[in-house]
Amino acid sequence: MRFLFKTAYEQDIKLFRDRTTVVWYLVLAVTVLALPAMLSRYYIGEITWVFIYGICGVSLMVLVGYTGLVSLGHAAFLGIGAYAHAYLVHHGVPWVASVAIAVAITTACGVIVGLPALRMTGIYLAIATLAFSVIIQEVFTRWEGVTGGFAGMAVDKPEIFGIRFSNETSFYYLCGATLALTLLLTQNLLRSPTGRAWIAIRDSEIAAQSMGVYLPFYKSVAFAYSAALMGLAGALFAHKIAYLAPDIFSILFSIQLLLLVIVGGLGSLQGAVFGAIFVALLPPIIAILRDSIPAGMADAAHATGIGLIGTIGHGIGEFLKKPGVEAGIFGLILVLVILVEPSGMYGRWTKIKLFFSMFPMYKRDSFKRQKSYMRSERLR
Amino acid sequence: MTFFQAENLAINFGGIRAVDDVSFTVERGEVFTIIGPNGAGKTTIFNLVSRIYDPSAGRLTFEDHDITTTPPHRIAEIGIARTFQNIELFEHATLLQNLLLARHVNRKSGFFSELLFLPSVRRMEVEHREAVEKVVDFLDLQQYRDTFVVNLPYGVRKIAELARALCTGPKLLLLDEPSSGLNVEETDDMAFWIEDIKNLLGISVLMVEHDMKLVAAVSDRVLALNYGRPLATGTPQEVQNHPEVIRAYLGG
Repeated sequence: MRFLFKTAYEQDIKLFRDRTTVVWYLVLAVTVLALPAMLSRYYIGEITWVFIYGICGVSLMVLVGYTGLVSLGHAAFLGIGAYAHAYLVHHGVPWVASVAIAVAITTACGVIVGLPALRMTGIYLAIATLAFSVIIQEVFTRWEGVTGGFAGMAVDKPEIFGIRFSNETSFYYLCGATLALTLLLTQNLLRSPTGRAWIAIRDSEIAAQSMGVYLPFYKSVAFAYSAALMGLAGALFAHKIAYLAPDIFSILFSIQLLLLVIVGGLGSLQGAVFGAIFVALLPPIIAILRDSIPAGMADAAHATGIGLIGTIGHGIGEFLKKPGVEAGIFGLILVLVILVEPSGMYGRWTKIKLFFSMFPMYKRDSFKRQKSYMRSERLR
Repeated sequence: MTFFQAENLAINFGGIRAVDDVSFTVERGEVFTIIGPNGAGKTTIFNLVSRIYDPSAGRLTFEDHDITTTPPHRIAEIGIARTFQNIELFEHATLLQNLLLARHVNRKSGFFSELLFLPSVRRMEVEHREAVEKVVDFLDLQQYRDTFVVNLPYGVRKIAELARALCTGPKLLLLDEPSSGLNVEETDDMAFWIEDIKNLLGISVLMVEHDMKLVAAVSDRVLALNYGRPLATGTPQEVQNHPEVIRAYLGG
């Protein structure tokens, strides 16, 4: 166990806690930069999804994990960003300007959707955002002049200042850099008054108000910032998916994003990235298992001469091919996470870290929290 | 010039008149306590003063400014800070974050400078930290700085709320039952701290309290309430021996 000696107030403001942390993040950065040299194009493409989902995760983490406002309509913001960007790029607007305009549009939508949030919390807000998302999806379908309706809309490859990001690797770097930037900016907000105001609103609105936090303003800012990040993610999403259709941005996608932040661990930016890894990589893993399990078990049956193993393997493969199984597995994992590890993957990660740093003195109860029954409910 | 004044304050909840025609003044540098049986309207007065409720009638003045219609988030800015009866700390944040939030009214940064964490923001954060550290030293909270509030014992949370209120840099401190849930020693400590806040920091205190020992020890003047109406005002001794007050508490 290492103890950190603090000698200056600046130390508590730093992005990274100490030099060891910096080294680990450098190792991570180098690994991410070197991955394209080691992995096939398919995997690079999948990891690009992790980056895009990561930006979405940070966006929702600000709103749900830090400000305590639930949104069931974030896929709509993603869609608005994606369609706006695709439309503008297609009509010859330079990439950077197009992203900026797409972000501005989603931010404006975020402010508008945030207005009811000033009066609503919890389930009511969830319903309001859900309604918004349904309306937006309908707009995507009907506004054929811009979105192409159900016929869909092809998206050009990104071209920034004359550099074409046409292959998987270059787009991988673009998305990775955007995620890194997003994380940095969000961390900046979280370590300054705005971030603290968000946390205060999440934990006790009444106390936040009495400490001088103007609730409507900071809730609006949270919604606007979250929507802006979603718009940014949407622009990258459009390029990645290459073909936009209204049914992509459904409520199921919003729920998947909510699942991302919960599985990752509410209230931490690392959790957003962990959740993104989970959500983005689970489908390809299921796809791989779908083929490898029957094949592997057929081989085993062949080698051992027991036909039953082959039959079971075939059955599992057939089961995994059924529609809806993926969503089922997502749901099952969500339930398990909430039951077993409510603080999500990041919570588990901090426990593992503590286990190794305190080995062999780790106490299982280090993270047990006493239940408190003393909050006042009267003023809500 | 009166420091703080409430004139003919009243509020209705449906048909219930929770506070009825209450007037009192708090002088600069004094500890003024409101006592009364359960349901007398003490906390309601606090919520009126901190502007969470709108009064049905009456007027609030603070340093010659009418604050009857000031929005609640501006109250901290003009120099009134409060604690809560049932502790309303930000539980899933560290004690330091809680105290730093209380510096919110003193922030000078905009959203975009915070987004980029400009040097000015960094400087301001260090300034806030210095201000917070003074309060941490004053109330002996050093060892809890990086502890999450959920993991703090009740007694420490009570002090933490006091610390958070002090961090806003108030002129008038509203303490809603500072001793509730504390043991005898902790209550004694609380009495010392209230004295220190008055004498060393020069902050006036408006307090709601049940523990008569604490009330007698620190209060300069006491207001007794029952059913939202004032019964008596005066020194702790005078009020304690007032026949109306005795009747309100003991019946008869």
